[in-house]
Amino acid sequence: MSDALPIEATTPTPLLELRGISKEFPGVKALDDVSFAVYPGEVHMLLGENGAGKSSLMKVLCGAYHADAGEFYHNGEKVAISSTADAQKLGIAVIFQEFSLVPYLDIAQNIFLGREPKGRIPGTIDRRKILADARRVLGTIGFDIDPSTTVDKLGVAQQQMVEIAKAISQNARILVMDEPTAALSDRETELLFALIARLKADGVSIVYISHRMAEVFALGDRITVLRDGRRIDGVRPADVTPDQLVRMMVGRNVDMTYPRNFADKPGEILLEVKGLTASTGISDINIEVRRGEIVGLCGLVGSGRSEVARAIFGADPVTSGEIIFDGKAIAGEPDLATRRGIALIPESRKSEGLALLRSVSDNLVVSALRKLFPSGLFDQRGAQRTSDSLIRQLRIATPSARQTVGLLSGGNQQKVVIGKWLAAGSKLFIFDEPTRGIDIGAKSEIFALIDRLVAEGAAALMISSEQVEICHVCDRAYVMREGRIAGHLTRNELTEENIVRLGMHHA
Amino acid sequence: MTDITKDAIAPPRSFLSQDAIQLFYRLLAALLICAVLAVLSDSFLSLGNILNVLRQASLTFFIASGLTLVVLTAGLDLSVGANVALSACIAGTVIHKTGSPALGILTGLACGGIVGLLNGIMVTALRIPSFIATYGMLWVLNGLTYWYMAGETLHGFPAGFRQIGSGYLFGLPIPVYLLLVFLGIGTLFAQRTIWGQEIYAIGANPVAARLSGIPVARRLLLVYAVSGTMAGLASIIFLSRLNSAEADIGESLTLPAIAAVLIGGTSLFGGVGTVFGTFIGALILTLVLNGMNLLSVSANWQPLVTGIIVILAVWLDMKTRRRAQ
Repeated sequence: MSDALPIEATTPTPLLELRGISKEFPGVKALDDVSFAVYPGEVHMLLGENGAGKSSLMKVLCGAYHADAGEFYHNGEKVAISSTADAQKLGIAVIFQEFSLVPYLDIAQNIFLGREPKGRIPGTIDRRKILADARRVLGTIGFDIDPSTTVDKLGVAQQQMVEIAKAISQNARILVMDEPTAALSDRETELLFALIARLKADGVSIVYISHRMAEVFALGDRITVLRDGRRIDGVRPADVTPDQLVRMMVGRNVDMTYPRNFADKPGEILLEVKGLTASTGISDINIEVRRGEIVGLCGLVGSGRSEVARAIFGADPVTSGEIIFDGKAIAGEPDLATRRGIALIPESRKSEGLALLRSVSDNLVVSALRKLFPSGLFDQRGAQRTSDSLIRQLRIATPSARQTVGLLSGGNQQKVVIGKWLAAGSKLFIFDEPTRGIDIGAKSEIFALIDRLVAEGAAALMISSEQVEICHVCDRAYVMREGRIAGHLTRNELTEENIVRLGMHHA
Repeated sequence: MTDITKDAIAPPRSFLSQDAIQLFYRLLAALLICAVLAVLSDSFLSLGNILNVLRQASLTFFIASGLTLVVLTAGLDLSVGANVALSACIAGTVIHKTGSPALGILTGLACGGIVGLLNGIMVTALRIPSFIATYGMLWVLNGLTYWYMAGETLHGFPAGFRQIGSGYLFGLPIPVYLLLVFLGIGTLFAQRTIWGQEIYAIGANPVAARLSGIPVARRLLLVYAVSGTMAGLASIIFLSRLNSAEADIGESLTLPAIAAVLIGGTSLFGGVGTVFGTFIGALILTLVLNGMNLLSVSANWQPLVTGIIVILAVWLDMKTRRRAQ
């Protein structure tokens, strides 16, 4: 492991330098002797799989975590960062993925929250000054908007701009951004990149966490790769290829494989959706899924994919249309769908898929209680046995079935959600973004699992924004646009290009 | 493939579950209070006093046990005390009119259960937050009871009926037997039935519970109906013990029941707690009040002490749980 970043002779002192940072949580070394330097006016990309230590490093940087060991230097002088106030004083600001804006206050109030200019009457705010100040700050980042607009009226990209304006107004010199383009459209991403260039020119340094290889090379001046809490290497984009970076991140050669054994001919029809319309914004949906098939459901975010999944599962009421499952019509709440053999692996695993504070075992058996204990009498040991066998079968990395599920990594949490439906003996698995926030290794395991399920006679309907995944894994796919099915692609027609073409407006 | 040891995050939980540890601390606290009271007061350890404590604790426990289930689902039932009053007055009237204690008991239980069911309907079908639904119900029930009783007091019930609240069997008060029975039933229901498991799951994350195929609305109806029925049961014991019923008997019951649930370690956020914990909570609450009586501390201090115990218990819980995670 190289000790320092490649430093040229003319390189100035780092604006901020972290040396030998370690942070331990019970049972896990989140950061292990990590050194990290930020130079003035650079974009420093931070790369790593989930659980590599990016978030921990970010939290140490902004004072939210207190490092167990290590030193901080600001312009070459030793400093301490033991609170968020310390970090703020050093000019460090973080733009988290979840914004910390107050929705019912306006932009100006959000920018100066807690630092409002005082009015003449004690306890009041100088309205004219706060608006003028806000306008000035927004002007410096080139964001043209009325500062008296309330934040709840803003889109994600605009809220992000307000966050950045807030940081700039606090004289931030180091801006830490956590996957800032994750929720942005292409056009919004371009605007953000332009802003980043502008901030750079003003000498602001940016620590940028990203999972998108294209961004890393388009924006980065320097790249630090973390893996398992350790700094693996620091490189310049010009000196590496994307493949080399991936290898650093995963520590081995992984060509993302999509294990899939396509069946010669699919089985009988398991799910038939006819003219399904729901008040959630989907209309006249016609879908068919056969045993042994993985059917993709694609389209842009907001095109109604999740709504179709929820309507089939009974989670949202249906206005008209028919859902025929396994030869019989089905209409009712999710408990009926569950009994009949439909499984939903929801998009948001933490808020909709798991009871985070309960144990792995509790979560694994929750949908199968009636099946496992037909007498109605629950038996902890029986639950434990079922869980232990699922943990082995799915290779869930957990110290025991009694571990709190919220403490597992994203990939393992997702396996618990899937395991819950294996225990229930489901026949149709509806996956809504099954690989979101999961590292590459776990992704490929999950695809192997889906493949095995359908090979054994189950069927899967898979929603994914990762078109590569759909193309490699699905037998065929439906593409949605504005709440309707815009088209159907057979295995041969299934290309990223076709998906995009059908999913785009006015195609 | 992923190295399976790579993201093993935390060490396995200790041998005892978190719940067991919390219960152990509570039992210890109850014993400690007993020891202190035994030293400070000669009469504390007398048989009469101990039986009195158990009988008192049982009254709080009946109401609090049903309430525990509601709180496990992250709900609250503020109408339990008012429910006891209405059920007692109606049951008392039925006994007076028909002369049949059995019929009276059934009416009392049914009245309590129906009120609970109505709470459940408000929470599930009308989607009113339980705190508000049952708070409104509290006023409605009070109104009904005051109107129905019109300032009257029901008094004088058959001797056989009065045995329920004040009689003894093999030297133990009959409510204590009932306490043991319902402690057993409640614990079995919560820990050993799939309904109990589903209730914990709903409290831990209602959205995930619904999307895991749990019939959330039906379980909530059940839970509120059980809470109401337990209030109905408490109303019978009260009626029998006091040998009278008035419109205002429920007013001092709800807050102690909530206190017992909280001292017993059930989280108001749902998903965490046990019926047995609530029993110990009721016991601790009763012991402290009993001790203050024995030591001739003015009754005016009792609410203050109750409040401090509740805050202390919840704070200690949060502390130990946070450390455990």
